[in-house]
Order: sequence, then structure tokens, then C-alpha cells
Amino acid sequence: MSSRKTDASEARATTPTLDSATADLVVAGNGLLSRRLLLGLGLGGAGLSAASGALGADFSMPAWSKQPGPGPSGYGQPSRFAADIQRDPGRANPLYPGGGASRTPLHQLRGTITPNGLHFERHHAGVPEIDPAAHTLFINGLVERPLAFDYESLLRYPMVSRTQFLECSGNSGALFRDAAVDGTAQSINGLVSCAEWTGIPLSVLLDEAGVSPEARWISAVGADAASMGRSIPLNKAVDDVLVALFQNGEPLRPEQGYPVRLFVPGWEGNVSVKWLTQIKLSKEPSQFRDETSKYTDTLADRSSLQFTFPMGVKSIITSPSGKMQLRTHGLYQVEGLAWSGAGSIAKVEISADGGATWAEAAIDAQAGDKSLARFRLPWRWQGNPAQLISRATDSAGNLQPTRSQLLSEKGALAFYHFNAQQCWAVSSNGEVKNTYV
Amino acid sequence: MSNFKPTLALALCFTLSAPLAVAQQILESPQLGNTVTQMELSELDLIASEESVLPAGSGTAFQGREIYAAKCASCHGAEGLGGAANQPLVGGNMRSEDAPIRTVGSYWPHASTLFDYVRRAMPANAPKSLSNTEVYQVIAYVLYMNGLIDQYKVINAETLLALKMPNAGGFVDMSASD
Ligand code: HEC
Repeated sequence: MSSRKTDASEARATTPTLDSATADLVVAGNGLLSRRLLLGLGLGGAGLSAASGALGADFSMPAWSKQPGPGPSGYGQPSRFAADIQRDPGRANPLYPGGGASRTPLHQLRGTITPNGLHFERHHAGVPEIDPAAHTLFINGLVERPLAFDYESLLRYPMVSRTQFLECSGNSGALFRDAAVDGTAQSINGLVSCAEWTGIPLSVLLDEAGVSPEARWISAVGADAASMGRSIPLNKAVDDVLVALFQNGEPLRPEQGYPVRLFVPGWEGNVSVKWLTQIKLSKEPSQFRDETSKYTDTLADRSSLQFTFPMGVKSIITSPSGKMQLRTHGLYQVEGLAWSGAGSIAKVEISADGGATWAEAAIDAQAGDKSLARFRLPWRWQGNPAQLISRATDSAGNLQPTRSQLLSEKGALAFYHFNAQQCWAVSSNGEVKNTYV
Repeated sequence: MSNFKPTLALALCFTLSAPLAVAQQILESPQLGNTVTQMELSELDLIASEESVLPAGSGTAFQGREIYAAKCASCHGAEGLGGAANQPLVGGNMRSEDAPIRTVGSYWPHASTLFDYVRRAMPANAPKSLSNTEVYQVIAYVLYMNGLIDQYKVINAETLLALKMPNAGGFVDMSASD
């Protein structure tokens, strides 16, 4: 810390009281403080948090320091004290066997990588238990040579790795509703996750099959009981789509498509077909049920948008967030996640006064192409009601819309691709609730 | 080592006409796909669309009524209005004043989708348990409940594709702007 560059405002941040320490660091209304305070939390910062922290003052030697614990294990599990960090699978519906979704507990995680067991799920007929030795991936349709690949063969292909987000286009769909739902960052926004995906560029396998010149689309089909299918334009398929076999370094989890799935960067999650068994080339899309009846949006004039693939620029605040309770006044960090299907995140701004004034948040330096970026900004809460909003701008210059802009563009019948700014209201007693501004 | 030189020469001549990445992929691809015939794939390839040929077989709504009652009605309702699964197959009108119910009849742009989806995914508790003939019969019944055909109209590969769905012109393909 001693070698860091200091300037006048950081020096002031080391003065003893919170108010005087931060008064000159206010960058937007209702207590938002300079990003420099984050980096400049030297002695003063430590002092401030110690003053308000509630240490249980037991300084005796803990039991676990006095006896050996269990030895190494085959596959590590989270601490039982962190066992409440879970997806929310909901109740099983016998009329929709295996169907449904579970959401990532965004408000309980830090960093930008989603642990494999907490990556969101959406299944249309449950998770198949696939023996990779009996699984086939075949390529047919408009190709010179229809080909079949087994899992062992696929493992011998050259692979690439990409750390990128996956978001269901139904994520945050509840925010289209007239009444603001009382939910958490998980229950409202948890259909987004981020992982390092490793696999074979689809173009390599397509080259081997020899794509006919008249082909314009591929259809990808899974081996689950719903045989989920989606059509994808060929130009995207040969651009950056992966036939993914590994997630965060280990073979895909069954619920993520073991043994092999498609990974389509930046596009709605549904097209990243899991349990991939078929790629068929054609002139036209196959018009699957999940690209006609579903995953389409009807506008006010009753026309419907089809093949709305890319996920728009978006950010959400994960802390403080819905159903949290701020217990003491003082310094907090407003933090969250931002991403865009059009590239990387260039900027995130935060408002604590419902959008009247904004300040730029700090972004983790490693925020890459189509990956989650984590942003933060210090915020001094002194008990005033606040309305926390974030808005992201991506590398293509797209600014995350307000909810009313999105609604006026998409109308009241839309359900998919909600990427508007979301607002958490903090009441004077510290309760945090989803709200509309 | 003996075939090293020809491969390299091939790669070099590719670099002249194609990006380096492509040449590298050709060099590195182990070429392990086994050639298969469409015949061998006939059980696995379930895509039924205007371009991918629909299978042989045919059926009428009259024939499909019983299958529907036995295998679909428990979830979709006797009249297809939603039932316990809350997935209506019938009704709605995209021109209605209030929020339209979007179903096979009111919303789906292509009739081929109905064959494709029911064959691959329905009934939800026993997917792929119907024969192609039974699929033709039961989808004829769904089309009949929607008032799109009469109960004796024969539905097969040809007549299904010829059927114009009410909302056929209702979709805008956004893929070009992606
Ligand atoms: C066990 C309950 C169940 C049974 C039995 C069942 N379905 Fe379904 N059906 C569903 C569910 C649930 C969905 C929605 C699935 C999804 O969204 O992934 C659905 C969706 C559909 C759809 C698409 C609806 C839309 O507008 O997108 C059609 C068509 C359909 N079923 C036809 C049938 C037919 C025909 C049968 C009888 C052969 C049948 N279903 C039997 C539960 C059932």
C-alpha cells in the first residue's frame, strides 16, 4: 500500500471521520463516492470499517486449530457453512416432467466466474443421463459428406477456451410486468452465468463435412427427451461458435449438456443447444417450436420478431440488492455485473438518486469480450431513502436503455430480451426492494 | 515424417488464399468423422420442415380424436384450451383488443412445426412414443380444434405444408440485423 500513488483527495480519505473523509469524494447525489476511494482505502479506510464492524470478541484458540481435520478428498465440496448458496430449482411439475429453470445466486457470489454447480439451468424435458461412449454427434443436410463423431474422437480435436457469459433471453422477464415484483437479484436476474468454455470451433467440424455452397443455416438438436432444436445462421456458426466439451476446466456437468453442447457467444442461451447430437445444414431455418411459438416477441402492432439472437447490453446491481437489509449507516460498496452480446463493457455508471445524477464505477480490468464485468463504487448511506440504478455502455457504444425506453420500443406484449436498467429502492430503515422509477 | 512435406506445402498454399487460421485448422484437424448415410440417420434425424422432407403416413382429425383424448387431454384439456399444464393448443386471435393468447391456431407461422414438435417432444411424459401415422392423426385433430381443417381432411407431408396458417405473415426475421 505504501508504494501507491497518492493525490490530494486520497490523502484526505485518510482523515479520521467518515464525513470529513469522504465529503470531497462525493461524485453523485445521495452519497456516491469516487472510485479512487476503492483503491485508496489505506489506513483511513481500514479504520472506518473497524469502527463500524461488529467483531465477536472471542480471542481463544479455535477448536479446528487444535485437532487435525479430514484428509484429502476425491471431489471437493463447498464448506457446510456456505451450503446455503444454492440455485433455486423450484417445485417439480409432473405435467412438465424435468422442465423448468434454476437461477444463479448472483447476490451471494463475487468475481465473474460462475461455479459449475451454480450455473443457471433451463431444461425442456429434464437432464438426460448420457453415456458418452454411446453418444453420437452427426452432421448432415447440405454437406458433401455427412459425418458422425464419437466422444473419444472429439477429444482429439484442437480446442480453444473462451470465458463468456450465457444468458437466457427470458432473464429479468418479470420486469416487463406492470407491478414491480418483490424479488432478489437471483430470482429476478439469475438466468445469467459466466464460465470458461472449452471446445472445438464448429467451423473445424463443418470444414471436415464440407459445407455445400447453398447452405445458409444450421439446425442444432439435443439428445434430451425434448430433442430441443434451434436454427442458427451459418455465418455465425462458422464465426465463433464452439462445440464445447469442458466448462471451467472439467467435463460439462450433465445439466449443462454433458458430454457435448453448442456454445454460441453473446446470443440468447436457448441456441446454445445442450447434449448436442445433430447439426444439419439447410437453406432455410427449420422453424422449430422454440423459435416460433417461443423465444419470439410480439410488438404492439401485433407483428412478432423472430431470430432476435444477440443479448443486449445490460447491468445489474448485485449488492445491495433485493431483500437485503442494510443494518448500519456508513460505507458500502455498490457492486454488480455487466455484460453485452455485442462485445465488452466499456463503462458502467451508478446512480443512487433514481437516475438524477450518475457516477462512473470502477470495472475489473480483465473484463473481456462477451464476459461478465464486475463493477463497484463506494457509497455512503446515512439513512436517506435511495434508489440504486446501474447502466452499462458496451464497446460498440450501446447504452443500456431505461425501462420506459425498452417498453416503448417493445410494447406490453414482449417477454424476452429485457435488458433495461433496474432499480433497487433502499428505504430509510435499510430494506432493499425492486422498484420502477 | 515422409508425409510431412506435402502437408506443409498444402498448408502454405492455403495461406496464400485463406487466412492463416484456416490453414492451421486444416493442418491440425485429425479428420476423425465417420461418413454416414441419411438412411442410417433416419431414426435420429427428426427435423420436419418445408425443406427437410416429412415422413410418409397420413391421418385425419377423426382418427386423431381418440389419441388426443387418451394421450394429450390430461395436460392440454379436453378442448385444448390449456388444461392442467396451462399450455393452450387452441384459440386466441392476434387481432384481439386485449393481450392475444398465442397458440398453434393463432400464432404459429408454419404447420410443419406442429409435426416436428409433437414428434420430437410430445406427449411430454412419453416423447417419441407415437408412430408417424399417429402424429399425423393427432396433429390433424389439433388443427381441427383450431377450426383450420374439417375432420375428414387428410393430413400428410404434402397437405400439411400446403396449409396456410392464420399468422403466417405475422413474423419479422431479425437474423439479418444480428
Ligand atoms: C404430461 C403433460 C403433457 C402431455 C400428456 C402432453 N403435453 Fe403437450 N405440452 C406439455 C407441456 C408442459 C408443454 C410446454 C413444454 C415446453 O414449453 O417446453 C407442451 C407443449 C405442447 C405444444 C406446444 C404449445 C405451444 O404453443 O408452444 C404442443 C403443440 C403440444 N404440447 C401438443 C401435445 C400433443 C399433441 C399431445 C398428445 C400427443 C401432448 N401435447 C401431450 C405437456 C403435455
